[in-house]
Amino acid sequence: MPLLLPAGSSQSHEWNYLFLALLLLSAAVVLAVFALILVFAIRYRRGSSATRSGWTRRTTRWEIGWTSATCLAFLALFVWGTDLYLRMRQPAVDALPIFVVGKQWMWKIEHPGGQREIDTLHLPLGVPVRVVLASEDVIHSFHIPAFRVTQDAVPGRFTSLAFTPDRLGRFHLFCTEFCGTEHAAMGGSVVVMQPKDYEAWLASQPPEATLARQGAALYRAFGCSGCHGADGEGQEGTVRAPALRGLYGRPVPLSDGRTITADERYFRDSILLPRSEIVAGYGPIMPSFSGQIGEEDLMTLIAYLESLGRADSPQP
Amino acid sequence: MADASVTLRPEPQFGDLGQQRATALSGMWLFLATEVLFFSGMLTAYFLYRAANPEGFAEAGRDTELWIGAVNTAVLLTSSEFMAIAVNRVEHCHPRLLARMLGATAALGLVFMGLKALEYWLDYRHHLVPGLDFVGKGAHAHAQELFWILYFCLTGVHALHLTVGITLVLIFAVKARRGVFSRSYGAPIEVLGLYWHFVDIVWVFLYPLIYLTGRSS
Amino acid sequence: MSDATAAPERSYLTEGLTIRSWLLTRDHKRIALLYFATITLFFFIGGAAATLIRLNLVDPAGSLVSADTYNRLFTMHGVVMVWFFLIPSIPTTLGNFVLPLMLGARDLAFPRLNLLSWYLFIIGGAVTLYALAAGGLDTGWTFYTPFSTLYSNGHVVLAVAGIFLTGFSSILTGLNFIITIHTLRAPGMGWYRLPLFVWSLYATSAILVLATPVLAITLFLLAFERLVHVGIFDPKLGGDPLLFQHLFWFYSHPAVYIMILPGMGVVSELIAAFSKKPVFGYKFVAWSSMAIAAVGFLVWGHHMFVAGESVYAALVFSLLSFLVAVPSAIKVFNWTATLHKGSIAWDAPMLYALAFIGLFAMGGVTGLFLAALAIDVEVTDTYFVVAHFHYIMVGGMVAAYFGGLHYWWPKITGRLYPEYWARAAAILIFLGFNLTFFPQYVVGWLGMPRRYHAYPPEFQVWNVLSSAGASILALAYLMPIFYLGWSLLRGPRAGANPWGATGLEWQTSSPPPAENFATTPTVTRPPYDYPEPAAEPAALPRG
Repeated sequence: MPLLLPAGSSQSHEWNYLFLALLLLSAAVVLAVFALILVFAIRYRRGSSATRSGWTRRTTRWEIGWTSATCLAFLALFVWGTDLYLRMRQPAVDALPIFVVGKQWMWKIEHPGGQREIDTLHLPLGVPVRVVLASEDVIHSFHIPAFRVTQDAVPGRFTSLAFTPDRLGRFHLFCTEFCGTEHAAMGGSVVVMQPKDYEAWLASQPPEATLARQGAALYRAFGCSGCHGADGEGQEGTVRAPALRGLYGRPVPLSDGRTITADERYFRDSILLPRSEIVAGYGPIMPSFSGQIGEEDLMTLIAYLESLGRADSPQP
Repeated sequence: MADASVTLRPEPQFGDLGQQRATALSGMWLFLATEVLFFSGMLTAYFLYRAANPEGFAEAGRDTELWIGAVNTAVLLTSSEFMAIAVNRVEHCHPRLLARMLGATAALGLVFMGLKALEYWLDYRHHLVPGLDFVGKGAHAHAQELFWILYFCLTGVHALHLTVGITLVLIFAVKARRGVFSRSYGAPIEVLGLYWHFVDIVWVFLYPLIYLTGRSS
Repeated sequence: MSDATAAPERSYLTEGLTIRSWLLTRDHKRIALLYFATITLFFFIGGAAATLIRLNLVDPAGSLVSADTYNRLFTMHGVVMVWFFLIPSIPTTLGNFVLPLMLGARDLAFPRLNLLSWYLFIIGGAVTLYALAAGGLDTGWTFYTPFSTLYSNGHVVLAVAGIFLTGFSSILTGLNFIITIHTLRAPGMGWYRLPLFVWSLYATSAILVLATPVLAITLFLLAFERLVHVGIFDPKLGGDPLLFQHLFWFYSHPAVYIMILPGMGVVSELIAAFSKKPVFGYKFVAWSSMAIAAVGFLVWGHHMFVAGESVYAALVFSLLSFLVAVPSAIKVFNWTATLHKGSIAWDAPMLYALAFIGLFAMGGVTGLFLAALAIDVEVTDTYFVVAHFHYIMVGGMVAAYFGGLHYWWPKITGRLYPEYWARAAAILIFLGFNLTFFPQYVVGWLGMPRRYHAYPPEFQVWNVLSSAGASILALAYLMPIFYLGWSLLRGPRAGANPWGATGLEWQTSSPPPAENFATTPTVTRPPYDYPEPAAEPAALPRG
């Protein structure tokens, strides 16, 4: 009869402490209230001989007392919860990117090397992971209880979550946003292996081009190379298009004065809604690929763009 | 003033007619507050989507029938003028003039509805009704469709409210003709006036958002 | 306590005996009874769905009903319980009956509007029930898009239309209450002489009036999108699924305060009456209701921490969610302090009130877990959340409703119910409730997601415990039908004030006459004006 949730990621332990603290505080307050109710209800039961004169009329000091104590306790919990949350959301530099597309009723998972899985995710121990989520149809939610992570996969956008598995084993993967008839069946496992076992597993999968190489093929097939160059170097001739090499993760100045970071969301919006964010100094001439490219192909293409970004130092 | 003696007693839960009148007015003000929230939901959607799609909304806005919108605005504002006069006339006890003012208010309301029907028909002819062979043009077709969805939702719900208003004004006009209202029993007209002015104010907000989008440059 | 009296010859019950006199009544007391019949029906419909849900979950494979049927069942349970039981219950039954009496008024400000509210309620209810009977829908009561607009094959538009209509019933009731409290108070009844139930009804009505229109427009846009196939919330057409969630929760979070605030008001009345003592910190309790209503409008984003809202938004909503818990905590402490040096009667209404304090506290502290961002990320959309809101809604709200029902039963019906059976039912409800819902905290924290018709076998023991509790709870909820029904036929007649409580409603006969009071009362005393017991005399010489 399990009472403890397995702790499978580096953040699970801190999470457990916060949960325990909340549990103890809650139990203390609830038990105190129960105890007082029982004591008062028995001691002052109608007809009992307890002293009832001397009602507390000046209640303000009590009010201020327990209100302040409550506010302070809540503030402390807020700070702790927020701090842990912010750290949990920070993806590590050089995290292993895993691309996940949810659809009714399965999780389609792709490793950077092109290996594909359905409903099972193999991971190496101790390596920070960043999962990029998309949905093909309705809202799903990617939940690994042991790692204390959940993130909705929302159609029309990318979301992401971060964790580092620190325990070997097989852990539940659930979909936790109701998505239709087989919502309860949409789940599987996360399998954490020793890094060398993970490499062996990767090598044993059916050979496929890495995601980046598949993405490069898409880059050419969709005509991106026509304007952005065969290797993403950009073009400054009759058609001006910004370089994509070395772009991932770097700041991008936009024509409306803002500066944003080139992340998955930026790439996705540039491909589907190119007029929404135009790079400073360039014109609004990029066509939209909305409706022409599916979620999986979009992720693969973006994997290629990310690989361009990591390979090079920034262009002047 | 055949019915006056019957209507001059307050309802049983009120102490006097003054309390009844104050209560009725408070009730209408509170109801209008809920209506503000009702329209605010749609307006929130409008503002959010407009911020996200400025060009699409501007293009769509230019396809609206500006002259119908402008004339309708004048019509509704004038109807509010008649309604204000009607409220004023109650205090001065002129039942026939009161009935005429209410009638004029309702008539202008019907003019508005007629022009609106014409406008909807024109929109249909120009393939601007989402869900009924809507045709968007150019790169921002989706944003245009969003504009037109919100257009029909906003103006449709407004028209529904106006229809309720016109019906009540007509009923009250008939009652006024029969002398039901007087200085001591004018609260229903005041309450209806509040509602009518509110429907007018909603239109005053809708007009620039719908018809003047994209026309400034 | 049983003040054996002859029944008054005239009361609101004897004033007109035809069906027409009931269906066209303007009397707030009769309208309250019309509502009572209707929401009782809905309670048992929602309860039937819950029974089937719990029966299905006994087996991890969920073999009792198909997945699709299960999904329709939990949707039906949520829709019926939220909109057709929890939101209307206390305000339209106990509130309608007692509010004018507490104010010393003859009726509500707008009696015909009150009747219209009931008709809107039953028409909306009929439309929704028809949708459910015709096959139902499987979107969950939260109707998230794009599932509800593009993928669900169920009677979404019909169900939504029913809820839309019922929403107007809520708005009109709230409007009626607010205006009544402002304009129809008896002479001498200043705001700080109002019973706390009135304060809580006022706060509830403010939310009803301001939040429900937003629900109306959200459902309208949802139905529009589904019918006309245009993209307001559809991402493929540039719409935003998160906009739906923001609009929906902007109403639905305040809605949970609509459900609980009246219950809190009832508890204040019960604690005072059955301790024969003024509520500790009256002003703090009164204003805490207002604070809950106001701050309750600012926390809706805590339903969307993992939905894709920004980190900054999440931070703000988390802080505000902690703050909104403070006034509720103040109430719990004040109620407990009221018991000190009171004269506590262990009658059924008091048992329900004490159960409320304990169970609401248990549900409330788990709200703190959910407000903490890091914790919520893990337990959101699991049975932990399900247990949290059932502790508050069922452990809290329903207990308060039953408590108020028993407390005012003599006033409403003129009869006393059998105390022994009422206490037995209260205790059985408390035990059955805890057995049903405490295991759900455990299984939620262990990872079991909600809205699952089948689940991994290691969660079975908790589910079986929960289902066992549910069967006890179901039995316990049936008991009042029998003994309350019996009391109508054979219960001893009640006097005007069987509990010896303060409050204007106890100054008129049981049941009251149609006009409530023979003459309008004048109020000169503070609320809960119970006499403090005299100090012990100095030790007297013996002999």
